[in-house]
Amino acid sequence: MQFMLLFSRQGKLRLQKWYVPLSDKEKKKITRELVQTVLARKPKMCSFLEWRDLKIVYKRYASLYFCCAIEDQDNELITLEIIHRYVELLDKYFGSVCELDIIFNFEKAYFILDEFLLGGEAQETSKKNVLKAIEQADLLQEIKTLMVYQKKYM
Amino acid sequence: MPAVSKGDGMRGLAVFISDIRNCKSKEAEVKRINKELANIRSKFKGDKALDGYSKKKYVCKLLFIFLLGHDIDFGHMEAVNLLSSNKYTEKQIGYLFISVLVNSNSDLIRLINNAIKNDLASRNPAFMNLALHCIANVGSREMAEAFAAEVPRILVAGDSMDGVKQSAALCLLRLNRTSPDLVPMGEWTARVVHLLNDQHLGVVTAATSLIITLAQKSPDDFKTSASLAVTRLSRIVTSASIDLQDYTYYFVAAPWLSVKLLRLLQCYPPPEDTALRSRLTECLETILNKAQEPPKSKKVQHSNARNAVLLEAIALIIHHDSEPTLLVRACNQLGQFLQHRETNLRYLALESMCSLASSEFSHEAVKTHMETVIGALKTERDVSVRQRAVDLLYAMCDRSNARQIVAEMLGYLETADYSIREEIVLKVAILAEKYAVDYSWYVDTILNLIRIAGDYVSEEVWYRVIQIVINRDDVQGYAAKTVFEALQAPACHESLVKVGGYILGEFGNLIAGDPRSSPLVQFNLLHSKFHLCSVPTRALLLSAYIKFINLFPEVKATIQDVLRSDSQLRNADVELQQRAVEYLRLSCIASADILATVLEEMPPFPERESSILAKLKKKKGSGKLPENVNGSAELHAEEPAAANKASPPPPTEVLALNPTPPAAAHSLLVDVFSDLSAPTAVAEDHLSRFICKNNGVLYESQLLQVGLKSEFRQNLGRIYVFYGNKTASSFLSFSSWVSSSDVLKTQLNVHAKAVEPVIEGGAQVQQVLNIECVTDFSDVPVLNVQFRPQQEVQKIFKAQHPMETDAAKAKLLGFGVALLEGVDPNPANFVGAGIIHSKSAQVGCLLRLEPNTHAQMYRLTLRTSRDSVSQRLCQLLSEQF
Repeated sequence: MQFMLLFSRQGKLRLQKWYVPLSDKEKKKITRELVQTVLARKPKMCSFLEWRDLKIVYKRYASLYFCCAIEDQDNELITLEIIHRYVELLDKYFGSVCELDIIFNFEKAYFILDEFLLGGEAQETSKKNVLKAIEQADLLQEIKTLMVYQKKYM
Repeated sequence: MPAVSKGDGMRGLAVFISDIRNCKSKEAEVKRINKELANIRSKFKGDKALDGYSKKKYVCKLLFIFLLGHDIDFGHMEAVNLLSSNKYTEKQIGYLFISVLVNSNSDLIRLINNAIKNDLASRNPAFMNLALHCIANVGSREMAEAFAAEVPRILVAGDSMDGVKQSAALCLLRLNRTSPDLVPMGEWTARVVHLLNDQHLGVVTAATSLIITLAQKSPDDFKTSASLAVTRLSRIVTSASIDLQDYTYYFVAAPWLSVKLLRLLQCYPPPEDTALRSRLTECLETILNKAQEPPKSKKVQHSNARNAVLLEAIALIIHHDSEPTLLVRACNQLGQFLQHRETNLRYLALESMCSLASSEFSHEAVKTHMETVIGALKTERDVSVRQRAVDLLYAMCDRSNARQIVAEMLGYLETADYSIREEIVLKVAILAEKYAVDYSWYVDTILNLIRIAGDYVSEEVWYRVIQIVINRDDVQGYAAKTVFEALQAPACHESLVKVGGYILGEFGNLIAGDPRSSPLVQFNLLHSKFHLCSVPTRALLLSAYIKFINLFPEVKATIQDVLRSDSQLRNADVELQQRAVEYLRLSCIASADILATVLEEMPPFPERESSILAKLKKKKGSGKLPENVNGSAELHAEEPAAANKASPPPPTEVLALNPTPPAAAHSLLVDVFSDLSAPTAVAEDHLSRFICKNNGVLYESQLLQVGLKSEFRQNLGRIYVFYGNKTASSFLSFSSWVSSSDVLKTQLNVHAKAVEPVIEGGAQVQQVLNIECVTDFSDVPVLNVQFRPQQEVQKIFKAQHPMETDAAKAKLLGFGVALLEGVDPNPANFVGAGIIHSKSAQVGCLLRLEPNTHAQMYRLTLRTSRDSVSQRLCQLLSEQF
C-alpha cells in the first residue's frame, strides 16, 4: 500500500498515512485530486478505480471515506477488508466510533493504525492482539486522568 | 464510560480542537491558530522549564495544526526531547511528531537516531516497537544507514518478543524498498525464511510480506521459501475455520496470510518437486471448491475475504500457466462473477479474465463469455467497469470474433466517456488492422473511427491507414472511393481531410472514370475544405494538388490558378507560401515526363512494428496486449510530395525463409553487402532439416547465425529463435518479424514478440514466436531479419605532409578508389568509393577524407560491409597524409 487517506463527505482530511516518500506539495496535490475524484462517485459504483499507475480502493463508512492506494499486483478485495478491519479496531477502541472521535483523538487513530499496518503492509491482523498492544500502552501511563469523559465534544 | 478515558485526555488539546471547529470562517481559524502558535512559542522559549505533560500537549497541538494543512517551523527540538522521556505516552507523541514532520530538519537526525538507538537497546518491547515504527514510517536513507544492520539482528534474535519481530520485519521491508543498497543480505536471510514456520500467525504474516519484497529482488536467495509457503498454505486451507482463532476473519481462515502466501508463490515457477506440486494443486483446487459452497455468512466481509483468496489463487494459476484444468476452472468461476450482483466482483472478474485471455489454454474458454462482456459494455453504470470490459474484449479478440468486437467497440465509442476515448480508438485501430482479412473492412473501420471520434484519433492512426493503403494495391481503389464519399459530408473532421487529401492525391485516378468523381469534382471537393483547415493540413492539400496536376493534366489550369492566387503565393505562413511558389513553378517548367517522375506514386513502406501499437504500449505498459500486429510500415514522410526527397536508406534485408523475397526488399545498400545477397537458398536447404527435428541451426552467414528451438502441443506451437551476432561489433536497428501470404494467414497464426534493437558483438538474443495452426497449410511463413552491422570506422590524425589538394587527390586515386565529385557539400572534402575483390567475397567500400587546414588535421571515415576491412583500410590510409 502506498498511502491511506481518511476524509469527510465535505472533503476535510481527517487522517493521512504515507508509506512512500513524497514532498508535502505532492501530498497535498494527490489529496486534493483524490478527494475530488472519490467524492464525485455515486454510491453504487465499484470501490476500485485506476488512478495514475495505482489502484485506488475506497469505502464509505457513515460520514467518512477511507481510501487506500495500492500497487498493480496488490489484491483489491483484501485491501477493502484492511479498511474494514481498521474501522472495527477504531470502533472497538472508541466504542462505536464516529468522525468526532477521530478528530479529537487523532493521535490515537494514528497509534492504532501503526499497530495494524506498518510500511504499508499488515503487521497484525488479529483484532485482539492489536487492541491488547494499544491498551497496554494506555496502562503504561502514570497519571490516570480521572476526568469524566463525556461523548459530547462541543 | 467510553474506552477513550483509558487514554490521557489532554484537556487543553480538546479545548483547542473545539475552538477550531467553532470557527465560522477560514480567517477566524487562522487567527485562532496564530494565537495558539504564539502561545506555544512563548511557552517553549520561556525561562520556566516545561514539564513532560505540557511539552507533550503543545507538541500534540502543533501536530494538529500541521495536519490541518498549516506550516510548522518550530517545536522539532521539543519533540526530540520527548523521545528520551521514560513516560510511554510522551515518547509516543514525540515519535508521532517526528514520523509526520521529519523531513528536511537534518541537524536533528543525529539526535533522533540516538534516541532510537537507545530505545532499540532498551529491551523494553513497547519502546522497541515505537522505535521500529518510527524507522518504518520515516524510512529515510539516514535511518537506513544507521539501522540496516541492527534491524535484521532484532528480527531473528531468539529472545525478541513476537510483536517486536513483526515490527522489525516490516521495518526492514520499508528500508529495503527505499534504500535496497543499504540492506545487505546476510546470514539472517536463511533465518527469515524460517519465520514462515513460526507458531504466531502475526509473525508469519509480517515475515511473508518481507520475504515477498526480498524474493522479488533476489529470487535465488529465497527459493526455499516456496516449499514452506505451500506447506503453510495447505495447513490454512484445510483447517477448520475456528482453528485459527482470532486469525479467522468472518469464517475465512487467515485471509491476509493466505493472500500473501499466494503472492509469494507468484515469485516462482511451479514447484519442480512432484509431491510439492500436487500439494499446491490440491490447495488451489480446495480454494476453487470453497467458492462453490454456500456462504457461511451473509456479510459482505465474508464473501470479500473468501474471494480475495480465490482471486489471488487464480492469479497464481495464471502465473503458472501450466495446468489447463485449473485455468479452465478459473475461467468458469470468473464467468459466474461476471453476472454477480456485486459491482466490485464484476470489475475484478473482468480484470482477471484479461490475463486468462492471453493464456493459450484458456483463451477459448474466455471467448465463450463474449456476449456477457459486450452486455457489460452496454449496461454497466460505472465507467471504470466499462473500461475493464473494453480491455477484456480487446484481449479476447482474435480472427474469429474480430468483426463483432470491433463493431461493438465502435458502437460504444459513440457514447464513451471522454477519458477513455483515445485508448479505445487505438485499440479499435489495432484490432482492425491485426485481424483484417479484407482490407476494405479495415478502411471502413478507420474512417468510421475518424467520423465518430475524430478528435481522439491521433496522428499515428491516420499515418497507419495510409501506410497500409499504399502497401496494398488491392484496397487502393476502394479507399479512394470511400474517402471521396466520406468527404461529401458538410462537416468532416480534419483527420479525414488529411487522409482524403493523401489518398486522392495518390490514387484519385482510380475513381476518376466515374463522372460523379471526375478530377475536377475531386479537386473542388478537397478545395472546399481547404479554408477550414490548419496550416499542416493545408500544406498537405497543396501537395495533393500538385499530385493532381500530374494525375490529371485537364485540371492543371484550374489548380495553377489556385496556386497563383494571392492567398497562396503571398500567404503569411512561410511553409504554405514556399509550397505554392515551388509547386506553381514546377508545374510550369517541368515536362510531363519530369512531372511524372518527380510526382510518382509513393513507394511501399518498409514493414515495421505498428506505430499505433507502440503508442498503446507507451500509454498502458505492454502487459495485457496481444504480441504483435502483422501489418506494414511506419510512416517516414508525411505528405505525398515527399516522394522526391530521398528517404533514409532502409536497413538490409538479409534473410528470407521463403525463396521469394518479400516485395518490400528494395535495398539501396545491397551492393555494399554483396556477400549477403544470396542466402535464401541456404536457408531453404536448412529448412528441410526441421521436418524431422525440433531444433538446430536455420541459417548461418559470416555475420549472423539463426538457431531454432521449438515445442508443440496440439494445435499450438512455440518457437524460440536465437539470433547470434558472429562479429565483434554490434548490430544496430535489429528487427525481425514474420510475414505470411494472404492464404497462409488464414491457415496459420504467428505472433512474434519484439526483440531488442541492438545485439552486441558475439552476443545472442532470443525471440519467441507463438504459433497456432488453424488448418493444414503448404506455404511457409517468411522470417524477415534486418539490421545494420556496425561497419563504420573513423580516425582523426595530424597531417604528416603538406596539405595540398592535388597531392591528396593523387594519393586517393592511386589507392584505387573512384573519387566522387559534388557529393559532399564541402568541396574541400574528398569522397570515394570502391570494391575490394577477393575469391570468397567482394567488399564494398565508401570513404570520406575531411582536411582541416587550419588545425593541420584530417578526419578519415570508412564504411565497408566488413568491420575488419574498415579497420584495416582506415589504418593504412591514415598513415599516408
